[in-house]
This record gives sequence, structure tokens and C-alpha cells, in this order.
Amino acid sequence: MELLVTVCAWLGLGVLLLGVTGRLLWAWRAARIEGSVLPVMSARYGLRSLVHWLLPLSTRNQRLHPVVTLVSYLFHLCLLLAPLLVAGHVELWRQRWGFGWPTLPDPVIDVMTLVVMVAVLFFLLRRLAAPEVRNVTGWKEYLLLMVVVAPFVTGIIAHLHLLDYRLVMVLHIVSGTLWLVLIPFSWLSHMFWFFFTRSYMGSEFGAVRNARDW
Amino acid sequence: MADIEDARVEDAGIDQAVDKLEPARIEAVIRRVLGAGCGARLKVYLQTCVHCGLCADACHTYLSRDRDPDFAPVAKVKETIWEMVKRQGRVSPEFIKKCARIAYTECGACRRCSMYCPFGIDIAYLIMLVRRICALLGVVPVYLQDTVNSHAATSNQMWVQPDDWIDTLIWQEEDAADELEGVRIPLDREGADIMYSVIAPEPKILAQLIANMAVIMKVAGVDWTMPSLDGWDNSNMAMYSGDFEVMGRVERLHWERALQLKVKRVVMGECGHAYRGAVYDGPKWLGWSKPPIPMVHAVEFYYELLREGRIKIARKIKEPVTVQDPCNIVRGRGLHHKLRYIINELCEDFRDVSPRFEHNYCCAAGGGVINCGPPWKLSRLKSNRVKAEQLAATDAHLVVTPCHNCHSGIEDIIGYYGLGMHVTFINELLVKCMDRGDGSGEVER
Amino acid sequence: MSGIDGWNWDAGERRVVELGVLSSFEQVHEFAVSPDGEKLAVPVVEEPGQVRVWQNGELWSEAVERAWSLRFLPDGRLVALVRVDDSWTVAVDGQRWEDEFEFAWNLKFSANGRSLAVQVKRGMKYGLVIDGRDWGAEFISMRDFALSPDGKRAAALVQVEQLAEADIFKFAEGVWSVAVDGQPWERRFINVYSPVFSPDGQHVAAEVRLDMFEYSIAEDGRPWDAVFGTSWAPCYRSNGKGIIAPVRTPEGWALVENGKPVWQGRYSQMWHQRLAPDGQRLAAVVSTAYGRWTVAVDDRPWPRTFSDVVLAPRFSPDGGRVVALARDQGSWLVVVNGQPWPGRFDMAWEPEFSPDGRHLAAKVERDGKFQVVIDGHPLPRSFDMLWSPRFSPQGDKLLVRAVEEGVYKRLVLGLEQLARA
Ligand code: HEM
Ligand code: HEM
Ligand code: SF4
Ligand code: SF4
Repeated sequence: MELLVTVCAWLGLGVLLLGVTGRLLWAWRAARIEGSVLPVMSARYGLRSLVHWLLPLSTRNQRLHPVVTLVSYLFHLCLLLAPLLVAGHVELWRQRWGFGWPTLPDPVIDVMTLVVMVAVLFFLLRRLAAPEVRNVTGWKEYLLLMVVVAPFVTGIIAHLHLLDYRLVMVLHIVSGTLWLVLIPFSWLSHMFWFFFTRSYMGSEFGAVRNARDW
Repeated sequence: MADIEDARVEDAGIDQAVDKLEPARIEAVIRRVLGAGCGARLKVYLQTCVHCGLCADACHTYLSRDRDPDFAPVAKVKETIWEMVKRQGRVSPEFIKKCARIAYTECGACRRCSMYCPFGIDIAYLIMLVRRICALLGVVPVYLQDTVNSHAATSNQMWVQPDDWIDTLIWQEEDAADELEGVRIPLDREGADIMYSVIAPEPKILAQLIANMAVIMKVAGVDWTMPSLDGWDNSNMAMYSGDFEVMGRVERLHWERALQLKVKRVVMGECGHAYRGAVYDGPKWLGWSKPPIPMVHAVEFYYELLREGRIKIARKIKEPVTVQDPCNIVRGRGLHHKLRYIINELCEDFRDVSPRFEHNYCCAAGGGVINCGPPWKLSRLKSNRVKAEQLAATDAHLVVTPCHNCHSGIEDIIGYYGLGMHVTFINELLVKCMDRGDGSGEVER
Repeated sequence: MSGIDGWNWDAGERRVVELGVLSSFEQVHEFAVSPDGEKLAVPVVEEPGQVRVWQNGELWSEAVERAWSLRFLPDGRLVALVRVDDSWTVAVDGQRWEDEFEFAWNLKFSANGRSLAVQVKRGMKYGLVIDGRDWGAEFISMRDFALSPDGKRAAALVQVEQLAEADIFKFAEGVWSVAVDGQPWERRFINVYSPVFSPDGQHVAAEVRLDMFEYSIAEDGRPWDAVFGTSWAPCYRSNGKGIIAPVRTPEGWALVENGKPVWQGRYSQMWHQRLAPDGQRLAAVVSTAYGRWTVAVDDRPWPRTFSDVVLAPRFSPDGGRVVALARDQGSWLVVVNGQPWPGRFDMAWEPEFSPDGRHLAAKVERDGKFQVVIDGHPLPRSFDMLWSPRFSPQGDKLLVRAVEEGVYKRLVLGLEQLARA
């Protein structure tokens, strides 16, 4: 078990880190070759755009889709914070490295986990129900949604000791690793590309075309 | 579902070329285009898209066609470039035919969707890559290609002969001088402050606009000139067909002419795509990060003249007026406030549209779509019901359209949807409303 | 009139003609001054539809309906395109050509000014008249033309076959060609651009479009074997053996001679290649990166680059220096061997070297006034109007043609004096 934890943690975080770094380096080089990308980038207008798109309901399209927007915000918030602030993870980290950081109480984490699960269910239903989304949804999209939710499902089951703890923990660790590994290699990479695509568009609209992009 | 009627449209430029396509050639072209020089943006966009469909609401074609999912921006990408990438270029001639229909006639590269996608994915850029591939394969709607051929041969959009150009200017000068004494259109006046450039439809079918401009220049006391030789046309359909070599040649000649004439700035007539070509796409392909000397769109120019009091308004238009925000000068240049300033100066009863400014709906004619000609007209009209509804809601009689594509596109929509409105360029209103300093400009409307 | 040696090079200033009298005309159009500075001319409107050319206070005897494109030829003759009774022709020193045309435009002349050519239209067909001699041949369209160095021959871009409306297929087969002395090349192309004569006037090269996306350079109708993504205007080596053109390759813009690279460098852009007087060294405008422009001399770009645009470079007569105008951050610079002269200008005109190559002078504009800059030093006096300065054959004097306080003046300045001042 301990071995599995060590291997998976290294593997997951390692692949994530190396994968992301590799992608960014590649993009940097490709952007240099493309020539016209980097000169357009503007800190001011890039940030202006990021701020608007990171604040809920501050863009017209977010206002046109208030439910999706709010679900998505809660989803991302919980999705990013829960794994970082759950006692179980920080404990493991402390055991290995000898230091840790404050955690959130378990019930809070449970709620956050549930939020993620409900949100994924919402996304799933939306993909099935809304024609313009179903039209661009394939097995990959469903699979990725499953991968995204899996560590949360297994995590909460483990925490609540609903099923065989050891088995669920193994599933949790495996799915968690998959979660991390897939980020650089699927559209989950939007996690880091977001900052670049958005600030590029913000720069092009703001610095070059004198217009707003939200 | 794609519209059956659209899929059945016959277009010799597409159909005949598709019949001759070899899969090996298709593969080679796709690999070449997607491989070289567009690595960063293309690949990042493809990886980033989470297939969320949130861009759908941006697109007038989607909104106008009862939210048909095939008209969502992401669907247009899915049906074209995703497939090309996934199959590494091994796609059929029939597939290319579909790509041409989607890329040339169902997307106007208006870039509205890149401000609806949370990631700012530039769908129009991806669609332009599809057009580039189609162009290299020779699969281009016949009327659009003919326009590009005109650009290639004559450097203007409508096969205007060199003498017809000069003759038209002379004739417009004479007409304008009948209206206001002393009006001139100075040809090749080296060292003038401003070179004025227009698009070929002006001398060809809307020559009055040039005379109007001459009157405006005279009243405002501008030191200006127009070139007598090729390079006078600032329009560029090659930019939209995907023939960037011709696009670059046309834009270069336009700028070289301005540099030869030693002018400080170029002012251009009321056209949106021409602004994009002369300021962004053309210079970019040629290596310029911005035009070599400033380009001033007519809207900016009129704004300047009114603001500085070089033109004074003698009387205002009384009937209700609304506006079409042209994509390429609104999303493309942020001129919407200046545009409204001008309209409010000229009109008593201005009724704004909603959504507006950068969120305007495209006219569905720009981006080369209207240049695909009669075969695709019905499709184009079906693709812009939202615009008709938006305009109808204003109850205005007159639609100000400071762009040639918008002008024609909106005129068609007004006819098709029976809106009973008229379109007008600012130029036409300005000559009616301004104080010419000779007591005229008092035409009742 | 004899050549530049015969001009009056006595130092001093002369008021040639007062311009105040022009206010009696309804309109005064664009001025032209003679190369030797002795004459100033302008079309003036006496009343609508009645135009005359005014020269140093005298009017051409005949009034025309219109006169434009007025200019002095290098040999001092004054030409204009004129319309009489709705027909166009060329008038030289007030004398109209006998032939009349539906339209006549695009006046060009040889370096010595003796030869004069113009595009014409007659009966909806397009032709060319050179020194009053009509090509006879008529074409469906003609976009532009080039003159041979001696001005005796012309090569025009012509459409040789009618195209039906929107006939893109015929267009792709090629309906354009280059007509030399009225005779089109046998081979047709999709497009032809930028014709140029060899120095001896015996050959013509031009850009040709072989396929929708394949361009090359052809000489006398025969394209190179090599094809490129696209190209820009070719030029000849002075021995007439080599044709040099910038072409677009997958790696970037390259400079090629007879289809093979002459420079190894690949650039984001390249155009306006120019040969040194020795016919060996080459300079061209290049873009070294997106939005950065400069001049490359023998494949070595100047280290200093400019943001807006760089105009065609020019070698000094001894080949030692290269000068180009550059626009950077919104203002113009005169750049010599990569180093800008001090001072930024609202506009700058093509500088001229003295015949010995030691001096360089240019007309510049600042705050609506015009000045002469010599070797980087602006002359203190500024003018309301100015024409590009000219050096004397010995390179010791400078002719300045300018309008100041309503008077057209001719100034000859001694360079020694200026240096001391
Ligand atoms: C190698 C990797 C991982 C290991 C060893 C691991 C281990 C654990 C452990 C020991 C717990 C505590 C269970 C309990 O309270 O009894 C836990 C909970 C949790 N884990 Fe992980 N985890 C891993 C990866 C991940 C990843 C990648 C995610 C996220 C996306 C994740 C999300 C969660 C969540 C949300 C909980 C809390 C569930 C709840 O309390 O409601 N884990 N994990
Ligand atoms: C800072 C990091 C992140 C940012 C800025 C971000 C941003 C976004 C945005 C803007 C969307 C667009 C659609 C919407 O709003 O619903 C989205 C969707 C989504 N994100 Fe993220 N995200 C981030 C991290 C993550 C991570 C780490 C995951 C999971 C591994 C993730 C999973 C998802 C999923 C599954 C969707 C799609 C929802 C659907 O099916 O429509 N995100 N994200
Ligand atoms: S027409 Fe405009 S909104 Fe629609 S897909 Fe094209 S760029 Fe996007
Ligand atoms: S909104 Fe953006 S991420 Fe979502 S489907 Fe459209 S292009 Fe893809």
C-alpha cells in the first residue's frame, strides 16, 4: 500500500509537472516560429481579459448562461481546493516530507466533494440534453468526465468507509493518478492553456484592435 | 442537421474542382498547411477546447437557424479541421466539398465567437485555415474566386479598367463641383496629408460616394489626394478566399502607392473588410505588425472632422435611424462609440440595437460570404434572421451601415424579411446634413 | 536645353517668379518645377472646363478642358495629359500630339527624358504610344508597362484574350502576357507582374504566375525551372546576364539569381533589391522579424531595425555607402549605412548623393515646413514648398528649388560655404 502511494504520487505529480512543462516549452518554441504571436501579447490587456473571465457573471456569455457559469465556478473551486486541503492528503505529505499545511475540516471537504460530483452529473446531463453540446460530445468527453469525478467518488467512499476501505483506496489512488496524468494529455490541459489562450485573445482585442473581448 | 438546400447548391468553383481532387493531393496540402507556421495557435486551440458548446450563442447562423447545432462555431470546426487533424489529412474529396461549404458560406470569420468561448479560442482563425486548404486545392466558390482573380490581375475587386478608374474620378469631380464650387479630386498629389482609398464597387456602382467625399474634403479643408494608378483599391477578397499570396500583393501595392505619394495617413471609405485587410491581415502576412503609415477608417475620420469642428451640422435627419456595427471596425477597431457620436450628431432619433458594440451580430455578408454570389444568397439570408429581428425591434426607417459588405448584406435582409427599411452610408447623410458654408445642405428628408 | 553641365551653377539666390498672381485664377493645381530650377509650371483653371498651363507667368496659348499629370522631363520639356473635346492626348510644351484617344494615362519617360510613353484606350481596346508612335496592337486590358533604359522600347502587362463573366477556368489557363513593342510573348500566364528590361534593352524579365500557387520569373516568355510560393519584382545585373528576384520559400524570403540563391539568409520579408554601381554588391529591404525592418547589404542586415517601414535603398555612386529612408515609431529617419542621421522628420524624400559620392542631401518636412538636410545637418532656412535638392556635376554646389513667402526661388549654394557657416 505504501509502495503504491509512493509510486502513484511520484508518477502522477511527476507526469503532470513534466507534461505541463514540456507542453509549455513546445508552445513557446512554436510561438516563436509563428512569429506574430509573441509580439501581440500585452500584459495589461491579457490580464484585463483574464480578470473578466475569472470573475463570475462578468462576461456577456456568462450572463447568458448563469446556471452553467455558477455550477462551473463551484465545480472548479471545489475541484481545485478539496484535494489540496483534505487532511488525508496533507497527512500523507507530512509523513513523507515532514511538513504540511492547514486543512479544512472533513465535513467541509465532504460537501466540496459532493459539489464536484453533483456538478459532474450536471455536466453529464447537459451534454446529453443540449443539442449543441451533444453534437460535439463523444466517448472521450464522457470518459474524461468519469476520470475527473472518479477520485472524488472514491475519496468520499473511502472517507465514509462505505465499502472495503483498502479496495476503495486502491481505486482512489489509481483514479487520482490517472486524473493527474491526463491533465497534460487531454482537453483537461485547458487548465493551463486557459491562461495563454485567454490572454492572447485579450491582447489581440485590447492592444491591437482596441476592443473588449467579454 | 445541415440544411439540405445548402448542401445541394451547385457551385462550379467547388463542384468541378472537387471532381478532380486526388486523395494524395488532399493529404499533402492538409499536412503542409497544418504543419508549417501555424503550430502554436492551432495545436493549443485544438487541445484546449473542452467541447462545451458555449460558443454556440455567439453565432448568427446558429441563432438564425433555430439553434441547429451544426451551425455552432465549434461544430464548424469539428466538421472540418478536427477531422483533418484526426485523420492526418486522409479525407475524401466529398469531405473537402463540405469543408468549402462550411468555411466559405456558413462562417463569415466575424470573430464574435472568440468573445463567447471562455478560452478565447479563435474559431475564425481555424476556419481561415480550412479556407487556405480549400484554396490550395482549388476548391473555392466561383464568384469569390472570380473576385480574387480580379484582384490578382487588376489589383482591384471588380475588373475596373485603369482608365475607367481615372475617368470616374474626373466625372465625380465634375458632378461634385456642380454641387459645391471649387470641389476637386486631386490625383497623385505628392505630399498631400491624406491619401483617400476606396473599394472597387465605389467607382463601379456607387460612384456618388466618391463625389460625396470630395465635397466633405472640400468643406473640411483637407489636403488630400487619390492615386490614379493601381493600388487605389483597398479591398481584398483574396484574404478571404485563402489566397494569401494575392492578398499580400494587393495590400503591398496599396501601401506602396501611399508611400510613393508621401502622404502622412491613408483615409479609407466606409468598408470593414478592407480595413481588416489593410490594417491587420495584409500587413501581418507581409511582415508588418501594423500598417507602415496610419490607416484611418471613414468613421474615425468623420468623427475627427466633427469633433474638431471642421465640419458643422446644419440640420439633422428626422426619421428614426438605427445602426449596423460592422464587425471589422467594431470588434476589429472599437469604433462603436465614435460611430454613435457621428450618428447622434446627424440624426435626431437614433434607436440603438441590442446587443450592440462588440457584441453586434454580423451582417452575414462579410468575411467573403456575400462574394460567394447568387448560388449562396438564400443560405446567407436564412443565416441572419436574428439580424432582421434585431433591426425590426428598433422600428427605425434607416439603417446606417458604414461598411460595404454590411450595406449590401443588410439591404438583402431587409428585402427578404420585408422590413421596409433603407440602408445608408454615413457619407450620404453627412453631405445632406453638413453646413457647406454656402447656405446649402438644407435638403429636407 | 543642354544637360546638367549647362545649368547655371553660379552661387546665389534668384527670385524666379512671384506666385501671388496665381490668385486671379479660379483654381491652381499641382506645381511642377524644371530639373534646372529655372521654371515653375502649374495647371490653372480659368473657368470650369477651361484650363491652361501657367509657366513662369506665361500661359500656354491653348486652353484645354483638363490638364493633369503635369511634369518636367529630365531634358526640361514640360508635359501634361490634356483633354480637348472629350478626347485625351499628350501635350509637350503646349504642343498637343496629333493623335487623340478615348483616354490616355500613365505617362513614363526615359532617364534622359527624350522618350515619352503613355497608355491609351481606343474603341474599348488598350494600347500604348511611345514617342507618338502607336503600337498598333490592341489588347483587352493593359495594367502597366516598363520602358527600356534608352526609352525606345516598352513592355506592357496585357490581357490577350477575353474572359466571360466569372470564367475562372479560362482565367486559370492563362490569358495574360507581356507585350514587348506590341508583340505579346507566345506563352500566356495566369498573371504577369513587374516587367523590366535588360540594361541593353534586348530582353525583358517579369514575374509570372504559372499555377494558382506557383510563381516564377520569366525572361522573354521562358520561365525559370524553379518555382516559388510567390515573388517580387526582378532586376537585371548590369551585364544583363543575371536576373535577381526575391522569392518566397518555405523557410522564408530568399534572394535568388536565375533561380538559384544568391544570399543564404532567409527573411520574414524582402523586396526592393538594388545593385551597386559596380553591379556586384546588393542591398535589399528586409524584415528580420515580425514588425522589424531594415536593409540587408550583401546578406548582412543592418543591426539597427525600424518598426514601421523602410523604403528602397540606394548605393552611393562609389558604392561605399547605402542610404534608405525609414519610418520608425511614427516618424521618418534618413539612414546611412545603418546609422540614422540625427533628427526625426514628419516626412522625408529620397536623398541624393553628389556625383563623387561624398555628400548626401535630402528634402525633409517638419511641422509643415520643408528643409534641406545635407550630410545630416539641416540647413537653417525652411520653406513653404521645396523640391528635392540637386548636386552640381562637381559635387561642390547644391541647387535648391523652393517657395518662400509666395515667391518661387532658385538657390545655388556652395558646399564649402555651408560647411563654414
Ligand atoms: C496518489 C495519489 C493519492 C493518494 C495516495 C490519495 C489518498 C487519499 C487519502 C488517504 C484520503 C483520505 C481518505 C480518508 O479520509 O480516509 C483521500 C481523500 C481524498 N482524495 Fe485523494 N489521494 C490521491 C489522489 C487524489 C487526487 C488526484 C484527487 C483529486 C482530484 C484526490 C481527491 C481526494 C478527495 C476529494 C478526498 C476527500 C474525500 C472526502 O473526504 O470527501 N485524491 N485521498
Ligand atoms: C485553474 C484552472 C482551471 C481553469 C481556469 C478552468 C477553466 C475552465 C473553463 C473556463 C471551463 C469552461 C466551461 C465551463 O465554464 O463550464 C472549464 C470546463 C471544465 N473544466 Fe476546467 N478549469 C481549470 C481546471 C480544471 C481542472 C484541474 C479540471 C479537472 C481535471 C477541470 C475540469 C473541467 C471540466 C470537466 C470541464 C467541462 C465541463 C463540461 O463538461 O462542460 N478544470 N474549465
Ligand atoms: S460566423 Fe462568426 S460567430 Fe459564427 S462561427 Fe464564424 S466567426 Fe464564429
Ligand atoms: S466555447 Fe470554446 S471550448 Fe467550448 S466548445 Fe466552443 S470553442 Fe470549444
